[in-house]
Amino acid sequence: MLKVDGLNVFYGAIHALHDISFQVHPGEIVTLIGANGAGKTTTLHTISGLIRQKSGTISFKEKNLAAVHPHKLVNMGLAQVPEGRRVFAQMSVLENLEMGAYTRKNAAEMKNDLDMVFSHFPRLKERVKQLAGTLSGGEQQMLAMGRALMSHPDLLMLDEPSMGLSPILVQEIFSIIKDVNRDGTTILLVEQNANMALSIANRAYVLETGKIVMEGNAADLMQNDDVRKAYLGN
Amino acid sequence: MTLFLNQLINGLQIGSIYALIALGYTMVYGIVKLINFAHGDIIMVGAYAALLSMTSLGLPFPLAVVISMVVCIVVGVVIERVAYKPLRSSPRISSLITAIGVSLFLQNLAQTIFSATPKPFPTIFTVAPISVGSLNISFTTLLTIVLSLLLMALLQFVVRSTRTGKAMRAVSEDTGAAQLMGINVNTTISITFAIGCALAAIGAVLYCIAYPRVQPTMGSLPGLKAFIAAVLGGIGIIPGAMLGGLIMGVAESLTKGYISSSLADAVVYGILIIVLLVKPAGLLGKKTSEKV
Repeated sequence: MLKVDGLNVFYGAIHALHDISFQVHPGEIVTLIGANGAGKTTTLHTISGLIRQKSGTISFKEKNLAAVHPHKLVNMGLAQVPEGRRVFAQMSVLENLEMGAYTRKNAAEMKNDLDMVFSHFPRLKERVKQLAGTLSGGEQQMLAMGRALMSHPDLLMLDEPSMGLSPILVQEIFSIIKDVNRDGTTILLVEQNANMALSIANRAYVLETGKIVMEGNAADLMQNDDVRKAYLGN
Repeated sequence: MTLFLNQLINGLQIGSIYALIALGYTMVYGIVKLINFAHGDIIMVGAYAALLSMTSLGLPFPLAVVISMVVCIVVGVVIERVAYKPLRSSPRISSLITAIGVSLFLQNLAQTIFSATPKPFPTIFTVAPISVGSLNISFTTLLTIVLSLLLMALLQFVVRSTRTGKAMRAVSEDTGAAQLMGINVNTTISITFAIGCALAAIGAVLYCIAYPRVQPTMGSLPGLKAFIAAVLGGIGIIPGAMLGGLIMGVAESLTKGYISSSLADAVVYGILIIVLLVKPAGLLGKKTSEKV
């Protein structure tokens, strides 16, 4: 579904991503794990077209994304939950969800998706009229995910969904990610919390200072001594 | 009492015009964080467009207003694309200086084309004033106030309830996140400039009816006052621009009536200074804290 091949990205003179290649197949949960500054968010931003690569290709559903405007990606079925949630704080929960469905015209489908989002996140339903800025951190994360799901994506990219949340909330969010995946959405998950990410993912790539240093089945990586030492803390 | 009511109504008239122009400043600031100093000169562009449509082309007044709006929209959108868009990621001071440059460019261009000599704006309405008790309210005063209020209500509706309006609010809050929603940021910014310029064109025509002299620098003063109105109400906040405009107009008019004409501007600026000392974000501005 998503194929990244030989990606090189620079910030000025800084070589941020070195020859990154990876793939996400339909139906999978794939995770990119790595420490702060490893290049995880840069990778997502390059896929979304917010940053342009120096070399390498990104293709989504067999289509090269080089010439595609960032705002066209949603329509192609690629949605992103950005790092730090970035909900529209001055807009209501409902308006935030409507923005997620901005590219869609069919009102009946939208209504269905709204019900689908509320079934994953019942707490959002109780707060439809509330301004997004008044929600708790966990609720904002739910809203950011619900908003992305409103575009009915084939591939959902999540950037650090665990950031700043309590362990219980992280559990909750991750179990919802699994549910969303079971309902047919492919997931690319970028996480510092390697433990949680590996526990729900099918496959994983380990990023270190802009390079992929390891890849494999999530279950195997969890048993790998280097990974355990560096990322799982035991 | 009659003097007070008269000055109050006059103040509401000029205040509604300030408010219409202030909306353009505040909407553009809200979405691209730029004080568009050329916005005042859009008034001048609109005034010339309306004047020439009527005098040179012999068109009826309503059509002249439409043409004025179209010309202002085109000029405003082109300015944004050519002068501001390339600087969107530059430091804000660069686009601010560019805006001042665009303002001077428009004024000098108008001077070259039309000369600096003021041209009279024709009398549009010859309807007799409406008498309410001892008050005589002119038709244009009434029209200005009512039309402005209607336009502001319409704008509120567009921004609150339409898909485009919500997209404008989303872009103004977080451009990057809005783009991730599939919103075309460039188009949304253009629409914002277009709406601001259309309102400025209507403001320009109403201003010309009140002060029937058209000249290249005519936009500076109402532009400056509208900018102050936007800051007074809380820049970036649409109801703030309306409130700020009306307060400015009424304060100016009452000072003219009770104290002295020459002090009117000083009083208005004084109010601005006091408001900003007490509420730095403007009357309706709030300090928002966001959860991260």
